[in-house]
Amino acid sequence: MTPHSIGRPGRRHVVVVGAGPAGLSAARAAAEAGARVTVLDASHATGGQYWRHAAGPHEQLTDEELRLQHGWDTYCVLDAAVRSHPAVELVTRAQVWAAERHDDGPRLHVLVGEPDDAGRVPLTFSPDAVVLATGAHDRTLPFPGWELPGVTTAGAAQALAKADGVAVGSRVLVAGAGPFLLPVAATLAAVGATVLGVHEASRAGALARGWLDRPWRLAGTSGKLLELAGYAAGHVRHRIPYRVGEAVVAAHGHGRVEAVTISRLDPTWAPIAGTERVVEVDAVCVSHGFTPRLELAVALGTAITTERFVDVDVRQRTSSPHVWAAGETTGIAGVDAALAEGWLAGHDAAGGAPDERRARTAVRRRAATHEVARRMAAAHGIPVQGAGSGPGWLRWLTDDTVVCRCEEVTAGRLRDTAAVTCSTDPVSVKLTSRAGLGICQGRMCSAAVTAILGAPGALESRPVAAPVRLGDLARAAGPSA
Amino acid sequence: MSRDDRVTITVDGVPVGGRAGQSIAGVLIGAGEQAWRTTSFASAARGVFCGIGVCFDCVVEVNGLADVRACLRRARDGDVVVRQHIAPPEVIP
Ligand SMILES: Cc1cc2nc3c(=O)[nH]c(=O)nc-3n(C[C@H](O)[C@H](O)[C@H](O)COP(=O)(O)OP(=O)(O)OC[C@H]3O[C@@H](n4cnc5c(N)ncnc54)[C@H](O)[C@@H]3O)c2cc1C
Ligand code: FES
Repeated sequence: MTPHSIGRPGRRHVVVVGAGPAGLSAARAAAEAGARVTVLDASHATGGQYWRHAAGPHEQLTDEELRLQHGWDTYCVLDAAVRSHPAVELVTRAQVWAAERHDDGPRLHVLVGEPDDAGRVPLTFSPDAVVLATGAHDRTLPFPGWELPGVTTAGAAQALAKADGVAVGSRVLVAGAGPFLLPVAATLAAVGATVLGVHEASRAGALARGWLDRPWRLAGTSGKLLELAGYAAGHVRHRIPYRVGEAVVAAHGHGRVEAVTISRLDPTWAPIAGTERVVEVDAVCVSHGFTPRLELAVALGTAITTERFVDVDVRQRTSSPHVWAAGETTGIAGVDAALAEGWLAGHDAAGGAPDERRARTAVRRRAATHEVARRMAAAHGIPVQGAGSGPGWLRWLTDDTVVCRCEEVTAGRLRDTAAVTCSTDPVSVKLTSRAGLGICQGRMCSAAVTAILGAPGALESRPVAAPVRLGDLARAAGPSA
Repeated sequence: MSRDDRVTITVDGVPVGGRAGQSIAGVLIGAGEQAWRTTSFASAARGVFCGIGVCFDCVVEVNGLADVRACLRRARDGDVVVRQHIAPPEVIP
């Protein structure tokens, strides 16, 4: 397949990866600044995680479906602006599966077609600029029984409700950490589940220190906070109990989850003995935060911060020439941040003038949303240290707790491997135990493995951003003109 | 495609109905299923975990092709879905 070449000489070609809030915003800004733009998203629709919705025309969404959405008008305007712009080419079901650095710039390898199908159409792009807006996925700390069917991430419950109109269960408990648990509980209730409770691991003290400290700094961030306040009111209406300083420390059942154990936690998230109680459920949704999708950024050689986000400057430029990043790949700050960052990235990647009035507005918006992000991390962040060795949540792992879901490696086996090989180096323990070597490439367990071994892990490099079938690989690598 | 259209897929030969546009996972969960794969080593049941294509827990065989993520693939009328169990490679002593 011939690499796409730049349409008109002198006109920059910007490829945006991801059509969530950040990617759509970047695509519009880049096109309005005069670039030719290609937007690629693996999903069947635009909107990303925030505006995930059922397949099919927007007009056909029912009132019930629209009630699950926030800022839907913003999305429709943005989506229409991107689709109708003559300089924008939008490709959905387009999985970017690898990225390479070349002297003349980045190269992206893409497969277009139904997910995981054989015979998808390979495309290669060699643009002047890439905007990475690939978002994040849920981070869930392992606990005994978390591999049982019916235990899902909070994001999965949200996605299945918004795009498929189904509830993951009928008696559901939501647990973990972060403000995201609230919309998930509200959505589950809206699609007909009985939500038994929302259990937030952070205790009242951490929540107050994070959210109530110097409230004047939150001026200008009203959008997200109003949305959260709305959920709080909705919870009262739906009578969903919200409990802080508690976690699901085990799931029980034969072949599927039938009950969970909830325990109170100390400030390091260690379970407090004697506070356990068992609740019958048929589903439980657990998330402790988000992990950015970094594989393309790492493949393109961009610098990564110690908190493991893409490092960007005020114009959303990464350390790699030709590469910009926006949205949750650069920090977990919510949809308003993604929109502001996307605009800045797209505008700058297209070579737009830096001191425009709109650029100043976007910079101001981004600064306000980042204040929310700092507070979110302070209030809900996973503790890294506990009283003894490692964070308190390690104490809810038993020896037979599955840590690596793909290769079914338990916490006991990880510790034994470390002891036998006299190594806490995550790389060597992974090679011996097979933890993190399964098909998800360690995305679900890597951080937990590192915490269990008590050794900081090296940044994972995943040369293949998504598994591809050998036949497709052969075709994609075939003769190129 | 209209939103009111129905699709019917078969799962291990049994017809299961869903709404047009739903993912295979959505159709299965809508039909009350929570698990549709067994793991290679412990033969443990699995279904959806991440819901967005990252964990690979939800893979099924679709129209003769294994390892298709049910949470990503939209169901098409007539899709032949088979619950997946791939035995681990034999260990040579
Ligand atoms: C499952 C899930 C559900 C969420 N639901 C909500 C919610 O309801 N409310 C809320 O406030 N926040 C929610 N969030 C948080 C959410 O991440 C942000 O609110 C917001 O969507 C971030 O915008 P973004 O543009 O940075 O990324 P996203 O919205 O995540 O968009 C990233 C896009 O990139 C695409 N992509 C990623 N990698 C590739 C690749 N290699 N090739 C091609 N395309 C790729 C994805 O398909 C996706 O559409 C959710 C997060 C997750 C993981
Ligand atoms: S549920 Fe994780 S890939 Fe489908």
